[in-house]
Amino acid sequence: MALGLTGYVIVAVLLLTVTAFFMARGRANVSAGGDIRLLHSLPNYYGYNAAMFTAVPALGVFAIWMLAQPLMIENSVFKLIPEQMVSEGSSRGLVMSDVRRVAEGLDIAVERGALTAEEANSIRTEFRDVREILGDVGVALGSNVEAEVLYAAQEYRSRSASGTFGMTIVVLGLALIGAAASLFVTNADFRARNTVERGALVLLILAASLAILTTVGIVLSMLFETFNFFRMHPWTDFFFGGSWAPNFRGNSDLSILPLLWGTLYISIIALLVAVPIGLFAAIYLSEYAGPKVRSAAKPLLEILAGIPTIVYGLFALLTVGPALVSVFGRGEEGLLGVEWMSGATAVLTAGLVMGIMLIPFVSSLSDDIINAVPQAMRDGSFGLGATHSETIRQVVLPAALPGIVGAVLLAASRAIGETMIVVLGAGAIAKFSLNPLEAMTTITTRIVSQLTGDTDFASPETLVAFALGLTLFVLTLGLNVLALYIVRKYREQYE
Amino acid sequence: MTDATSSPMPAITPVSGKGSLMAQDARTRKRNAAEARFKAYGMIAIGIGMLMLLILVFNIITRGVGAFQQTFVTLEVELLEEKLDKNGNRDPADLAKVSTFGYAPLLRDAFEAKVAELGVETDLDGKDMADILSAGARAQMRDFVLANPDQIGNTVSFEFLASGRVDGYLKDRVSRDSIANDKNISVEQLDLVDQLIDGGTVEKRFNLAFITGADSSDARPESAGMGVSMLGSLFMMLVVLVLSLPIGVAASIYLEEFAPKNWITDIIEVNISNLAAVPSIVFGILGLAVFINYMHLPTSAPLVGGLVLTLMTLPTIIISTRASLKAVPPSIRDAALGVGASKMQSVFHHVLPLAAPGILTGTIIGLAQALGETAPLLLIGMVGFIASNAPDSIASGLLDPNSAMPAQIYEWARRSDPAFYERAWGGIIILLMFLITMNTIAVILRRRFERRW
Repeated sequence: MALGLTGYVIVAVLLLTVTAFFMARGRANVSAGGDIRLLHSLPNYYGYNAAMFTAVPALGVFAIWMLAQPLMIENSVFKLIPEQMVSEGSSRGLVMSDVRRVAEGLDIAVERGALTAEEANSIRTEFRDVREILGDVGVALGSNVEAEVLYAAQEYRSRSASGTFGMTIVVLGLALIGAAASLFVTNADFRARNTVERGALVLLILAASLAILTTVGIVLSMLFETFNFFRMHPWTDFFFGGSWAPNFRGNSDLSILPLLWGTLYISIIALLVAVPIGLFAAIYLSEYAGPKVRSAAKPLLEILAGIPTIVYGLFALLTVGPALVSVFGRGEEGLLGVEWMSGATAVLTAGLVMGIMLIPFVSSLSDDIINAVPQAMRDGSFGLGATHSETIRQVVLPAALPGIVGAVLLAASRAIGETMIVVLGAGAIAKFSLNPLEAMTTITTRIVSQLTGDTDFASPETLVAFALGLTLFVLTLGLNVLALYIVRKYREQYE
Repeated sequence: MTDATSSPMPAITPVSGKGSLMAQDARTRKRNAAEARFKAYGMIAIGIGMLMLLILVFNIITRGVGAFQQTFVTLEVELLEEKLDKNGNRDPADLAKVSTFGYAPLLRDAFEAKVAELGVETDLDGKDMADILSAGARAQMRDFVLANPDQIGNTVSFEFLASGRVDGYLKDRVSRDSIANDKNISVEQLDLVDQLIDGGTVEKRFNLAFITGADSSDARPESAGMGVSMLGSLFMMLVVLVLSLPIGVAASIYLEEFAPKNWITDIIEVNISNLAAVPSIVFGILGLAVFINYMHLPTSAPLVGGLVLTLMTLPTIIISTRASLKAVPPSIRDAALGVGASKMQSVFHHVLPLAAPGILTGTIIGLAQALGETAPLLLIGMVGFIASNAPDSIASGLLDPNSAMPAQIYEWARRSDPAFYERAWGGIIILLMFLITMNTIAVILRRRFERRW
């Protein structure tokens, strides 16, 4: 679409930047009469200064414009659509996505030569079948194009085009002004290094605040859609309802409680596997193992942490699940001769595999914490005649307990937010059950299933994913903050 | 003192009675046993961890290696002129009019000729025999003819992929019992395959197409490959590298070298450590809401995947970069300042080069993490059968719909035909190869360039 033009704009700005760099450096040299000792800063700083003034304002405006333009055009184009179209069981987002799709289709049609640029701006649904034309160039539309939508799409195109054109002029103008201004001030006495360093510091600060921006983006994007969701669906049902039964014809039960139960149940099983094994492994590695065993076993255990979760997911679905079925299921043919488990996906499957994944997580965190307990405390205990295990149980572990609790909380937050293992291994049935051999579903699984495939951002069944995501975010964030607080507080005791 | 020696010691009777340090009493034995038990628990825990790793690796290798081999059927097909080019003028437009169905009779004839040549007894007709081949066999012939019109009329030797079921039979995944209710293949066809194997027509060998090829639809597991999704991952990693390395390093330099100690800095620091622990799926939601719904970037594009993974990797890179900046001793900075460098110069000219190996190591590890990440990619649509071929330029590589290695593996794991499971395990082998290579490079870098001050 407009990407060709925007691409050229960036290239032009970059070329200008390079030119400005060399021109400013040359100019500084000339103004010093070729003797760089007369310059305030090294020649390159004059170049950097010019490059900075050329590129940074222009690219900054470019980025802001690219972000703001779609929103502004969307708002103004939306006013063109008569209100009754929106109220007829549809929503603003749906109509606008139609408009955009038609606009894109017109672009493609012009590109392929099915329509001339002029025709694309003037065709009317009364005279030609727009849907057919767009269908010919590969843009399939769900329904016939209504006159208002087509008109809005054409407006959308023309405003996008004029917006992009305006942006090109402003951005290139800014780049030129920046280049000219910086060249103008370039002379031997100009304190180029100070300006460049101040500019660099601003860039560094911007990079550091991107982390904040990400968090704000996460919270805002989810908060916004969550509000939309609660406008369509009662929040009491979401938080206190008893069942999860999304129905794409509307009137669904969307309660988080059964999902939360599944999530917690699987996490608890995972922690029951990971915490004892991880903790004992950490104790052995830090207290008993010699340097040789330690240097071999620790990296090997940590391989488990480096394996992508999709591998664990596949392991759950295709190996652990069937293995469990052959023990607990299959009736007479099974190992126990019972029929307790019908499918490979179950709470136990996902929990076991997630436990394996968390072993190195628990062990390496606890290892660090146990190592941080001062040697003097152990020596004191040994001096009183305690055996090694008594020292560990009665001196080291109590001292390390807050840290270990922190580690377990971090592991729990990992388990709650884990997606691939439960998507493949846990199943899709939302229910309250205590039987670990049944399939259950989790928050993350439902987020994936509500947001993949054909999504309609006007229906509560899709938007509920954002509410689930926000709950998940708050839950894991809370656990992390708590864990970090405990760990930090504990560390202060011995430092 | 004298009192003490004259009066007898208070009667402290040793618990065991005998009181020798050499002999163990019951209580000591109990304590020692507890000690041994405790130590054994630790060893068992380590053992379980190792065992799990072993099972996992063994499982991946035994199940995945098969994907690198494929069953091929070699046939001499006579490209009859009257079927393929009725006008005899080799006009490409005319040739293209013959659909893949037009090639079916040639395949049948070729099969019947082969069976007759080998002297195999079978009740099957030509069509059933040709069903041993992949559904893509006719398209393969058609592509060949369109590319080499001069070969029409000759007899050409083709190597066709066998169908997924036949391939499974050669790999012991499919047996005569398991296909009782399978309408895609019959026992007679398997008998024929047995005889063709003896005749040397059907054989299993290394299949490069698995590593280089594209994904295929549900019906043709035999021709699915990882190649295009590998390119998708490559383009995503390019985006991640180009964005997260400079931004991450810049952020770390600010926080480590310039940031004043105040509440804003504290907020940023707490924020970064918390972002590192946010579930990856939340980043997927962010990507969907911001990059796709708001900015209207193309769905399923590696560019969007790269952006999401960048946000996800940044905290990791910032944390490791800060650690390596911190490891550079302050004397270096002081020396630079002492000879008249500005603060900025001391950081960029002296501290940063010395920290570079550590930064690079951290970046590679961050990239490896991003390479294996799946959950956010599901939300931005990089999953599902994406019929894409290898992109022909960098722009199309970034913007055209594509999959990524882990998403491709997930997609295969969800399909119903078990032949795809083998592909999924094979894909995992490839993915792990990449991860092992990246981590090895990181370890080598660290070993070789790490300086202890």
